Amino acid sequence: MTEVNEAPEGASSYGDGGEPLLRLRGIDKHFGPVQALYGVNLDLPAGRVTGLCGDNGAGKSVLTRTIAGVHQPDHGQIFFEGRSVHIRSARDAAALGIETVYQDLALADNLDIVQNMFLGRERLRRGLLDEDSMELRAGETLSTLRVTTVRSIRQPVASLSGGQRQAVAVAKAVMWNSKLVLLDEPTAALGVVQTRMVLDLIKRLRDHGLAVMVISHNLNDVFEVADRIAVLYLGRMVAEGPAADFDRQSVVEYMTTGGANGRPSEPAGSASSEG
Amino acid sequence: MSPDRETPVTADPGETPTGTADARMAADVPPELLAQSLGPYLRAWWLRVRGGDSGVLPVVLAMVVVAVTFQIITPQHAFLRPSNLVFIFGLSTVYMVLAVAETVVLLLGEIDLSVGAVALIGGVIAFKLVQQPGPGWPWWAAILAALVSCGLIGALQGTLTARLRIPSFVVTLAGFLLWSGVLIVALGGADGFVNLDSTKFDQRVIYDLVQGAIVPVAGWVLLAVVVGAAGTALWLRAAGRRRHGLVAPPMSVTAIRIALVALVGAAVVAICNVNRGTSLKQVDGVPWVIPIVLVVLGAWTLALQRTRFGRYIYAIGGNPEAARRAGVSLAAIRTWAFALCSATAALGGILLGAFFYGEYSTNTADAGQLVLYSVAAAVIGGVSLFGGRGKPIHGVLGGFLIGGIAYGVSLLNLGTLSTPLQYILPGGVLLAAVLIDVLSRRGTGSVTHV
Repeated sequence: MTEVNEAPEGASSYGDGGEPLLRLRGIDKHFGPVQALYGVNLDLPAGRVTGLCGDNGAGKSVLTRTIAGVHQPDHGQIFFEGRSVHIRSARDAAALGIETVYQDLALADNLDIVQNMFLGRERLRRGLLDEDSMELRAGETLSTLRVTTVRSIRQPVASLSGGQRQAVAVAKAVMWNSKLVLLDEPTAALGVVQTRMVLDLIKRLRDHGLAVMVISHNLNDVFEVADRIAVLYLGRMVAEGPAADFDRQSVVEYMTTGGANGRPSEPAGSASSEG
Repeated sequence: MSPDRETPVTADPGETPTGTADARMAADVPPELLAQSLGPYLRAWWLRVRGGDSGVLPVVLAMVVVAVTFQIITPQHAFLRPSNLVFIFGLSTVYMVLAVAETVVLLLGEIDLSVGAVALIGGVIAFKLVQQPGPGWPWWAAILAALVSCGLIGALQGTLTARLRIPSFVVTLAGFLLWSGVLIVALGGADGFVNLDSTKFDQRVIYDLVQGAIVPVAGWVLLAVVVGAAGTALWLRAAGRRRHGLVAPPMSVTAIRIALVALVGAAVVAICNVNRGTSLKQVDGVPWVIPIVLVVLGAWTLALQRTRFGRYIYAIGGNPEAARRAGVSLAAIRTWAFALCSATAALGGILLGAFFYGEYSTNTADAGQLVLYSVAAAVIGGVSLFGGRGKPIHGVLGGFLIGGIAYGVSLLNLGTLSTPLQYILPGGVLLAAVLIDVLSRRGTGSVTHV
């Protein structure tokens, strides 16, 4: 808890004192001459949904990939459960309990739902794949998440609709007792019913005490599920705070201009680095 | 996103409307998941075939067509004589083993054009090592040395493909040329040869891999054991799934499958047990090579369907990025796949030499034709050239078809036309198979990468 005091906003801004599960401090990342992130600070508390907003090219994906272990930051620190960590690979992230659902979902079309959900973490019995146990577990997870529209969890992912694929990808991420789930545009390709289902699912994850970060263009969805909102503008974190401090218009202003008229939620650190 | 695709569809495919979307969805679903009794099962299966995922159906149909055609056009209608059929079994086993090897690499979405040359290298290594006078190795050590040497060749080619990402067809094309040259050196010049002395025990064993036969009675016993084991495994699997509350194929379907296996096996044993020698010297019994191929098929099926290694091969073939993000080491899996492909090919090379009565020469050994036939056999059998789809059994069936065509052509009295037709016919069949592959993938809209 002592480290929390170093944070510009302190613990009070989480509303009820939730301790951040993951904290980013001063994350810089560049690719060749292109600077993608400038000293980004971000807190992701457990039991909270954080909506990450930003226009195209604002650095949302780079930030997500940095947390997921795909990119390593050039400068800055990552604290997970109060400890300084280096996340060098997706495996490192998974070991900490961080799971990512990318927009392209990363499902193998030729494998079935169970095989996709367990890909890379298959259960074995006497050296061979334990299909029955995996199928039962996958079925359990899907029914907890009320994914009931698939005909059979043994059908190849190629035969699923976009919404069903999203549901499988989310189920895959949360099956591992993960602590932090990063969702990249989880509702982008979905119909009304499936969007509803995914948003409910996100709330259920929060109620189970997981930290969730949702990256979305859809402000309706963000305001529906997010407890906290963070806005990136051209690689800088220009606003971060409880969702109640924002309204739709201020978020849009932050996203498009990097500032808002007299809004109090702008963090001092980020503002001073703008120049 | 049309909402009608999201709604649960009734489990009986007979009741689903026959709109294109439904047909397409049903096409990808294994029929046992949709049906709990025989009638609906067959209808679901037919929907799947029509949707482009026809499995082994085309290759089985093609076999019937080839058998009937050659039976009609060969002189004296000799094609289906037991002696000829057993000869085709022997010839085909070489293509079967090579096609299974090629299948492993094709599943990755890669190709190995060196299987033919590497197989011949493997054969020559084994044949040289059992020579007496000479190294005089025991037969098993010679075979093992051939498999390991070729495995290392495959690992080298696999490393170049997997680590440096040089396209596999370039690496293995270079390998094909290189090993073809090495082969000539190993055989001792362009008209060199190596042969087995079947009076010496260790050489006799390798000779008998294809030329030796099981006594007829033992053939029936072996068949009973194989069918019993396969049947029990199938039955227990289905029963285990039902016990766990999982969907299993209807019992009648399991029973029909076991009966089919028994029927095909009985036909093979019966054909092999007919005297195919002369009235002076009786020759009968199932050639050893048939159980050997079954072991190769069984081992690779187990490795691909029930191990992590196999699962990752399919995953890489389907979506390499998904496999990478799942923590799969693409380079390691690819390298191992190439290595094991080449080791399996070495066994095919040993069988080839045994098939040619234990004599290896640059005349019997055409690496180019072997690679054409093995790729053709795998694709004809139903393995996708685009990766991720196919099973070892497809390679075996395709190899049988290719062997039948190759031998059938040689039975015809065509004179100078015979040799070109041995290339033209499999080439035409290969093109047809690739067309089916491409069109069916276009039909289901599931091309994962181009």
